[in-house]
Amino acid sequence: MTSIAASGTASFHARAYGSLKRNRRWALILSYVFLIMFAIFFLTPPYYMIVTALKSNEEVAHMAHNPWFIYDGVTFEHFVNLMTKSDFPIYFRNTVIVTVCTVAITMVVSVLAAFSLSRMKFWGSGMLATGIFLTYLIPESLLFIPLFQIVRGLGLLNSYWGMVLVYPTLTVPFCTWIMIGYFGSIPKELDEAAVIDGASHMQMLLRIFIPVALPGIIAATIFAFTVSWADFVYPMAFLYSSDQQVLTVGTVTSLIRADVYQWGLLMAGALIAAAPPLLIYAFLMDYYIAGLTAGATKG
Amino acid sequence: MADVSLRKVVKKYDDVEAVRGIDLEIPDKEFVVLVGPSGCGKSTTLRMIAGLEEISGGEIAIGGHIVNDVPPKDRDIAMVFQNYALYPHMTVFENMSFGLRLRRMPKAEIKERVEQAAKILGITELLERRPKQLSGGQRQRVAMGRSIVRNPKVFLFDEPLSNLDAKLRVQMRTEIKRVHQHVKTTTVYVTHDQVEAMTLADRVVVMNEGRIEQIGAPNELYHSPKTQFVAGFIGSPAMNIMPCRLEQNGVGLTVRLTDALTFRVPESRSARYRSHVGKQLLFGLRPEHITDAREYGSAGERQNFPATLDVVEPMGMETMVYFAINGKEVCGRVDPARSGGPGEKVQLQADLAHMQLIDPQSGAVL
Repeated sequence: MTSIAASGTASFHARAYGSLKRNRRWALILSYVFLIMFAIFFLTPPYYMIVTALKSNEEVAHMAHNPWFIYDGVTFEHFVNLMTKSDFPIYFRNTVIVTVCTVAITMVVSVLAAFSLSRMKFWGSGMLATGIFLTYLIPESLLFIPLFQIVRGLGLLNSYWGMVLVYPTLTVPFCTWIMIGYFGSIPKELDEAAVIDGASHMQMLLRIFIPVALPGIIAATIFAFTVSWADFVYPMAFLYSSDQQVLTVGTVTSLIRADVYQWGLLMAGALIAAAPPLLIYAFLMDYYIAGLTAGATKG
Repeated sequence: MADVSLRKVVKKYDDVEAVRGIDLEIPDKEFVVLVGPSGCGKSTTLRMIAGLEEISGGEIAIGGHIVNDVPPKDRDIAMVFQNYALYPHMTVFENMSFGLRLRRMPKAEIKERVEQAAKILGITELLERRPKQLSGGQRQRVAMGRSIVRNPKVFLFDEPLSNLDAKLRVQMRTEIKRVHQHVKTTTVYVTHDQVEAMTLADRVVVMNEGRIEQIGAPNELYHSPKTQFVAGFIGSPAMNIMPCRLEQNGVGLTVRLTDALTFRVPESRSARYRSHVGKQLLFGLRPEHITDAREYGSAGERQNFPATLDVVEPMGMETMVYFAINGKEVCGRVDPARSGGPGEKVQLQADLAHMQLIDPQSGAVL
């Protein structure tokens, strides 16, 4: 009797274990199917960009060829033309200046704001934190009209310095919000220990909080970088001369003339413009993920 | 080093009074432990001494100077936290030297102090590691080291052993005592563990609901508690406390626990209790004063009584036996060789020389 019961239990465990194993296999197969579909969906545009940028104008216009492949050999003429015969280098320089300044302003403002809102408890700090985040929810397509008045009033219309002023309205609220979450996840005892050790608020921020919250700060930096590098609406509205233009709008306006699309140059320009964010993401991806998921689990 | 004085200290959070006007004088070099259940105000008191909480009323003085409005960094105190609060991005050396570096102490002196503290705590080989590379016990040592290097007037410990496993807790307890014997700095230590309080303290301060119930040496609290709360809180297992009636019996007094069970009150205590004859009181006796009848004979104030054992817990060097008196669970501590099994009827013995009578209304031990 006992042996029958024992063997019954054993077969039940074997069935249960086998079923778990089968479930896991199916889960893995489905995961791979969807991951591959996802990868194809997102890698197709960059692939098309690369292929088109490396083709000659004649091959791009050749209707008989399959556009997904290069038949007549690889050429770098679009890259050379872009860098020597167009205003692309000016757009690139302007974008770098705008982005570096925006990121610097954003990080200084949002780190200080987040630190004070999350650690220096004062009346209305919670409400203020929520308020800051709410401003992020207002779309830029609504904001650009009042901002146009402000930028013009300051004499910064058609100046990329106007972008340095305007972009933080997009980046500071979100970065502050990320940093509030990150600073909030740092144990309270750490600042109490620092206070007892004799640290001032600024020393606490610089020597304890910033190093400890580095993943969050990097995540916020990447966000600010991406927004100021890739924004289209504000430069479209506020910049109109070529020497002040940034990459996003400049590339499109100078390389599309009426219904003439210079596909090779456009794709080469898009590739070069996409390179800096790509490099930054590649090197800082781990920090980025750690920053965005901070506080999600007890660590 | 300095003495610490708390005078009528109050802490209010909105309408809730967490600390209700406590007075405490801690002389220089003394090791004082604040003990009590969760929410009794012990940590709040410690944090007020540290300057991490504002004081709603009263005065706190360190070394004779009132520090109510002095920021923590200027109070010359060091604190060890429950979760260690080590800076995760710094090495052990950097953690220990952080306070000294902020004070712009010469590098050579910082090095000397850190190395000396590391030697006292046995963490010299860990100085280049980061906190995440350390075990719980090592982290706790580093946290203590960070306090020692500052050579502060007062050490404050906020439940520093709560995160350690039982074995390590005992080890670190000894370590803390050894460090205090070495550096002799005035220490205020907060814990909810009364064993920790008893083993470490020169004096124990028992707190309950924001008030100090009793201050005294560990043995004094254990043997002469002044309130029902202290009697029940200090000692593990806790003192047995059961309802009784004090009766006149000829020239002596008896304590009636049930219709069938009475204990003679020792003559030496009769005068003290006589004014309470006829009242409903609480009778208290520690488990070690309830033994097997065969262990000591019936000398002195010992009195035998029958009991039916409900639960028997062998602990090795002693066995805890649980039985009921008038529906209330009572614990005794018997010789393992003489303990019976569950359901067994045994003769136990109460050593009434150690009995306590408590007024249930005021909670005062009579």
